[in-house]
Amino acid sequence: MDKIKEKLQQTSQATRSERRGRFISFLALILILVVVIAIFWFVAAKGLATFFQNHINVWDFLSGKTWDPSVKGANGRPEVGALPMIVGSFLITLLSALVATPFAIGTAVFMNEIAPRNGAKILQPVTELLVGIPSVVYGFIGLSVVVPFVRHVFGGSGFGILSGTFVLFVMILPTVTSMTADTLKSVPRYYREASLALGATRWQTIHKVVLRAATPGILTAIVFGMARAFGEALAVQMVVGNATLLPHNLVSPSSTLTSVLTEGIGNTVMGSLQNNALWSLALVLLIMSLFFNVIIRIIGRKGELR
Amino acid sequence: MALPIMSTDNLHLFYGKKEALKGINLDFQEKGITALIGPSGCGKSTFLRCLNRMNDLIDDVTITGNVMFKNQNVYAPDTDIVALRKEVGMVFQQPNPFPFSIYENVIYGLRLAGVRDKQVLDEAVERSLRQAAIWDEVKDDLHKNALALSGGQQQRVCIARVLAVSPDVLLLDEPTSALDPVSSHVIEETLLQLRYDYTVITVTHNLQQASRIADRTAFFLQGELIEVSDTKKMFMDPQKQQTQDYISGRFG
Repeated sequence: MDKIKEKLQQTSQATRSERRGRFISFLALILILVVVIAIFWFVAAKGLATFFQNHINVWDFLSGKTWDPSVKGANGRPEVGALPMIVGSFLITLLSALVATPFAIGTAVFMNEIAPRNGAKILQPVTELLVGIPSVVYGFIGLSVVVPFVRHVFGGSGFGILSGTFVLFVMILPTVTSMTADTLKSVPRYYREASLALGATRWQTIHKVVLRAATPGILTAIVFGMARAFGEALAVQMVVGNATLLPHNLVSPSSTLTSVLTEGIGNTVMGSLQNNALWSLALVLLIMSLFFNVIIRIIGRKGELR
Repeated sequence: MALPIMSTDNLHLFYGKKEALKGINLDFQEKGITALIGPSGCGKSTFLRCLNRMNDLIDDVTITGNVMFKNQNVYAPDTDIVALRKEVGMVFQQPNPFPFSIYENVIYGLRLAGVRDKQVLDEAVERSLRQAAIWDEVKDDLHKNALALSGGQQQRVCIARVLAVSPDVLLLDEPTSALDPVSSHVIEETLLQLRYDYTVITVTHNLQQASRIADRTAFFLQGELIEVSDTKKMFMDPQKQQTQDYISGRFG
């Protein structure tokens, strides 16, 4: 009797290993949390210094049209107007998502609904390959193929939003496609059967049931693609022209938040206004990424409720 | 006897090499309920799905023999599958309403046919939901998502969805097996009303259900049609030993 009691009161091997496992995963969680918080804190501290130390008006920063941190403007303050980059980033993101979405949905529908066997066999590896290509390669191809093409067809120097859009279109296409394909795959088979049994053609079924049931997932895929496009730096920088001017049209050289960052961050002194202003751009980027994340979550939650 | 509305002639079906239906000859007269009974895997659902060509969706299926619907061979190359499925509607085992509102579920088939007139649609919704015996339960929230209903209600919405396109034949693949007894009872009552206007063919693994609702019963075993007769006769005086054994619960 006492033996059993003793045994029950002792911590068993299984309990101990359970505790150890919980401790390890808890530690991993803490580490990641600390890293994320540290990044936010760091970028925020640096980015806000522009406004608190250098006393730049936030509104001037967001709406100013001239970016030249080393020169003092008419009001005696340095010119740190970020509007051209913000506009550039948004334009390039929206346009590339706009162009990529129909192609992505078309490809995903083909892979899943029209030719599930061959489509998946050929297109799956292709889209995965597209994800794996480094962005510098995309940029290089953009520089040597897309820019001359745009110059030839649409005029201008070829550098600009349009070239950036084309390059980003190819870059985000696999992301949006594979996520859309996953969503279509998760649409239950019985929706399709019910629709076909009611005398729907395959196209009517895809269009009226499958795509409709998959809408929240497809929206999430698009926003994911936009988040990627918004954050892409190198490839965009190589084709966008890097002129910190408000874009007059789609073929005039312009810039994005990321392109100005990659270009400038190595050439400024830590703690100087020029450097702080770049950190402010990074802060805008971070907040926007956060915003995209929130949108994804909201769409995802709406999808669950249905 | 009148010409059957639907009939099969030496119908064989293979999944790959495996023969699932071994030459079925079965006639269905207009109106009334026919129940297909038999143990799991006997081919009764497979047979049902041959009647509106739902087996086309499965890879590696070979079908030989004839299925006639109103003098048209269902498997003839010139048969319009879309038109066929409007005439031969189907309700599945799992209630499978679309994730839309009840109203949109019911009018789905009509929308496909291009009906736009709001009044026609409204009338069709009320008529179908009444026929499926669910109108009183949902008439106040027709624009609620159909997935928010209970399983039994969902199944009746699915029946209404099929009835809205006014088919001649109604195929039901174990329509109550995923439902509780009370919901099952309501669906049975619904079917008993529908048999005056539709040719109802239902698969069921529930012998009591077959004896309660069916006018005729067909017994399947291992891909073969063993016996078919009026339900009363089948249960009181089966002709074959296997039928006798199955309905008296000796196997299955």
